Amino acid sequence: MSFISPTLDYTLLSPILILLGGALIGVLVEAFISKALRSTTQLTLTIGTLVLSLAQLWKIRNEQSMSAAMGSVVIDGPAILLQASILIIAILSILVIADTDQFTALAAALPGSEEERHSIRTGNQVTEVYPLTLFAISGMMLFPVATDLITLFVALEMLSLPLYLMAGLSRRRRLASQEAALKYFLLGSFSSAFFLFGMAYLYGYSASVTLAGIRESVVGGSGNDVLLLLGMAFLSIGLLFKVGAVPFHAWSPDVYQGAPTPITGFMAAATKVAAFGAMLRIYYTVFANAEWSWSPVISMIAIVTMLFGSFVALAQRDVKRMLAYSSIAHAGFLLSGVIALNKAGLDASIFYLFAYGVATVGAFAIVTLVRDSSGEVTDLNRWRGLGKRSPWVASAFAGFLLAFAGIPLTSGFIGKFSIFSAAYESGAKGVVFAGILSSAVAAFFYIRVIVLMFFTDPIQDGTSIEIPSVLTRFSIIFSILVTIALGVFPAPLLSFITTLATFIR
Amino acid sequence: MMMNSTSIVYLIALPLAGAVILLLAGRRSDKWGHLLATALCASSFFVGLYQLSLMFNRPSQERPVSQKLFEWISVGTFKIDAGLLLDQLSICFVLLITGVGTLIHIYSISYMAHDPHRRRFFAFLNLFIAAMLLLVLGDSYLNLYVGWEGVGLASYLLIGFWNEKPAYATASKKAFVMNRIGDMGLSFAIMIAFATMGTVSFIGVQAAVEQTSTPVLTGIGIMLLVAAIGKSAQFPLQAWLGDAMAGPTPVSALIHAATMVTAGVYLITRSNFIFDAAPTAQLLVVIVGAITLMFGALIGTAKDDIKKALAASTMSQIGYMILCAGLGPVGYAFAIMHLLTHGFFKAGMFLGAGSVMHGMNDEVNMRKYGALRKAMPITFVTFGLGYLAILGIPPFAGFYSKDMIIETAFNAGGSKGIILGIVTLLGAGITAFYMTRVMILTFTGTPRWDEKAQPHESPWLMWLPMAVLAIGSATSGYLLSSNDSLVKWLSPLFESHEEHHELLPPIIVSALALVMVAIGVAIAFLKYSRREIDAVAPKNVSIFTRIAREDLMQDRLNEAVFMRPGQELTKTLVKTDAVIIDGAVRAVGRLTIATGLSLRRVQNGFVRSYAAFILMGALAMIVAIWVVVQ
Repeated sequence: MSFISPTLDYTLLSPILILLGGALIGVLVEAFISKALRSTTQLTLTIGTLVLSLAQLWKIRNEQSMSAAMGSVVIDGPAILLQASILIIAILSILVIADTDQFTALAAALPGSEEERHSIRTGNQVTEVYPLTLFAISGMMLFPVATDLITLFVALEMLSLPLYLMAGLSRRRRLASQEAALKYFLLGSFSSAFFLFGMAYLYGYSASVTLAGIRESVVGGSGNDVLLLLGMAFLSIGLLFKVGAVPFHAWSPDVYQGAPTPITGFMAAATKVAAFGAMLRIYYTVFANAEWSWSPVISMIAIVTMLFGSFVALAQRDVKRMLAYSSIAHAGFLLSGVIALNKAGLDASIFYLFAYGVATVGAFAIVTLVRDSSGEVTDLNRWRGLGKRSPWVASAFAGFLLAFAGIPLTSGFIGKFSIFSAAYESGAKGVVFAGILSSAVAAFFYIRVIVLMFFTDPIQDGTSIEIPSVLTRFSIIFSILVTIALGVFPAPLLSFITTLATFIR
Repeated sequence: MMMNSTSIVYLIALPLAGAVILLLAGRRSDKWGHLLATALCASSFFVGLYQLSLMFNRPSQERPVSQKLFEWISVGTFKIDAGLLLDQLSICFVLLITGVGTLIHIYSISYMAHDPHRRRFFAFLNLFIAAMLLLVLGDSYLNLYVGWEGVGLASYLLIGFWNEKPAYATASKKAFVMNRIGDMGLSFAIMIAFATMGTVSFIGVQAAVEQTSTPVLTGIGIMLLVAAIGKSAQFPLQAWLGDAMAGPTPVSALIHAATMVTAGVYLITRSNFIFDAAPTAQLLVVIVGAITLMFGALIGTAKDDIKKALAASTMSQIGYMILCAGLGPVGYAFAIMHLLTHGFFKAGMFLGAGSVMHGMNDEVNMRKYGALRKAMPITFVTFGLGYLAILGIPPFAGFYSKDMIIETAFNAGGSKGIILGIVTLLGAGITAFYMTRVMILTFTGTPRWDEKAQPHESPWLMWLPMAVLAIGSATSGYLLSSNDSLVKWLSPLFESHEEHHELLPPIIVSALALVMVAIGVAIAFLKYSRREIDAVAPKNVSIFTRIAREDLMQDRLNEAVFMRPGQELTKTLVKTDAVIIDGAVRAVGRLTIATGLSLRRVQNGFVRSYAAFILMGALAMIVAIWVVVQ
């Protein structure tokens, strides 16, 4: 048996490698830098790493390779676009995460213990959230570019494990936060098991772990269809869990609510891009060739997801839970881009992911600002009259909500319009119909919040708007500008996506 | 292929820049805003003169030039460019708008000197000039429509400029709402043209007329006429013009006498190819013009408010133009000629009225004037020249232009010609009557002033523009008609077919007109010069006077026919909306929320349940795929 030494195309892998390097340095910083400098150093390091990675990505934007890492990683147009979206969303999120007041001083201490009080008193704030975020981002970057099942699984775990931890880092309501982390971990492991199981079936079907090998078998139609079917179903469950599609969504409201809000925003935006990126690649390049149609099943899931998310969001009284259900509904909308299986569907999905991700980070950033003496106020009843007290913040939030609702002149409208028209073109009329119906339902609860903020009188209960830090402010302003700019002048980005976004096989 | 030019846009850009700068700079520009606005309007005028000189030097078929600004709308095969077209017709308007506009800017510097919001006034004036230029320079109906709405907006802002008085604010709203009806007509015309011809550019529509059926053309024509009726205050949408006099007097001179209200005439003349191919629509144009010219003239006889009398006269004079434009290829050029001369003399008289008001503490009631000739000699002379012009006394401007219209009306042929001829002659007589009445009440007789009034001549910044316009009133008719210069200038634009059946020789028509004018003047003298004028309008007057004072009942008619049923309709609609539609919406909303609440229960917080969902989902998925495969 001869051993072939691995050849890696470091240039193409560099955006991911930079992130991993940055994360490792972050671990060292956490261990060795004095607590006075730690926070600043970590922030600078993290942002520097992300920007460097983005710059590197820009450099290689026109490169294409099937064999960036021995056939396990592919770099092509969609890969570049998805990775860039993840990085931009990550940078915006880090600016919000930089508000360390949101995070527990010492995650290892028991909630309410003397140890915890001591570290708060001495200002011994640990900042492991930065390297954790960088690890998660590297996993997210790898997820949509992986072309064999092993790498895919490694990437999935690489992005998931740090997220489980990060969900438990909240400074206030620590028990709820830890409960969320545990739930996320348990259910995530459960779904990972399905994912692995699916991998095994697919290997059994095609005797290959690479997407190319599986596609060959699918095109040839030589294998045992039962194995393919089970493999597809189980692999899909793992992916659908990550994007929060019904009935694999149940973790998301609890985790969104329990996790520190900056993490929720990051998770909701970036994880979706990564998971949908991987899903698009697998469905468009492999499963699309299956001789029988799996799309009715995914269509059903899409329809149920949209309707369930929209209807249940109506009944929410907590802004974070409402946004969680809204994100479930958006997962349904995005699934219609997967079903479309045409070029327009791919373009629209990428646009939608970016637009939705940016708006989500902005919306959660604003949630971090509405506080009283004991921390964030997420009860919607106490958001009454916010528009009168803080017109700028409330207007920005209204802008994000309008984008979620898909109102024209926001990025959400362009995203919804293009993704639905792509799905309609491909014949998925039922999905589009359900999508429009649930958009109407969804518009109700988005606009209800706007009415609450602007057209009801404020209540005097000590709820106030924190003056946002420069970094958070930048993040919010950038997000709202992108949201509006993409609604008014979507053409440049759309045509950029259209020229780049073609999967190479 | 039409020649391209790159400088047409400056005509619009200059005043537009003025409006933008003045509005954005705010109070900082209070000191110099009016000067900048005037300078920009004047520069636009000079650009217009330059364009005219270029045009003169080209052979007649190469005179029109166009400029593409940018691709405006591009959907599939449907493309509209924002483009400008400067031809023999639009250059006339450009010079009228910017020329008279500049004079009125100058006048307003002094007239509005004591108004705290003078800068805003000038910003709106510049905005109006820009919009009006876009209206006459647009190369398609859609571009024209933008200018059309723009002047509507500027007119609204300027009529209601003193909106702290509720009555003035109402007047501006009335003008705006009544104009909307006309605007609907224009948008319908554009829609029909697009639906049937697939284009809305002037050139495109003109080319498509031949392949279009007459009913469609008639439809477009009638809709264009509705638009013209609204904008030009023609019957039955004329009621707003009198109220529009609430605006500052320079506004009345510029917008409601010389320029905006003539946009309807422009629209019909510009659309000559449609009306020439749609005789029914053309006949309607004539009828509307004839009714309005009588209507306006009759209202003019009963008004004591000097501005409202002039407004009624404007209505009537535009009726002449519309009538003439409805007479087809022979009439277009004369309609435009009357439009230009009217622009001079009517603007001049409005400025004169403004000058009188300026000297009389903003008094508008002519019964409180009298004997102002001595106090305001310059105003008297300039106003008097305008008066001679509108009467049509040779050799003043109106003589040339109005006679041409009367002549054309007689020559229209058959009983139509006779009726129109008589109407136009009668109109001329009534015009002479009410204008003489204005002159007598204002400038002659004994003073009937308020105690506080101290009439004085206006400063030179005000009388200079009046003098220039008066010179125009005296000479423009001769200049435009000598050697048929305007007719020849415009003739390449209109399809000419020489049909000449003269009913009466020109000299007889002129003589008849002069006789009618003399009768009108004589009656006015007998009625108003021989006896004392009541300081308060007498109450026990004939029913006709009373009707005329009430604008021939037009407001009451509008109220009974449109407003009341409209209010009833809205009430019913509101009720339907509240009970049926809202009820349904609320029911759906309640049902939706109930669904959400019941679905929410599955989210019970236990991980074991969530895992069970995933398991059930997995099973369901496998079953579903199985079903699909089978």
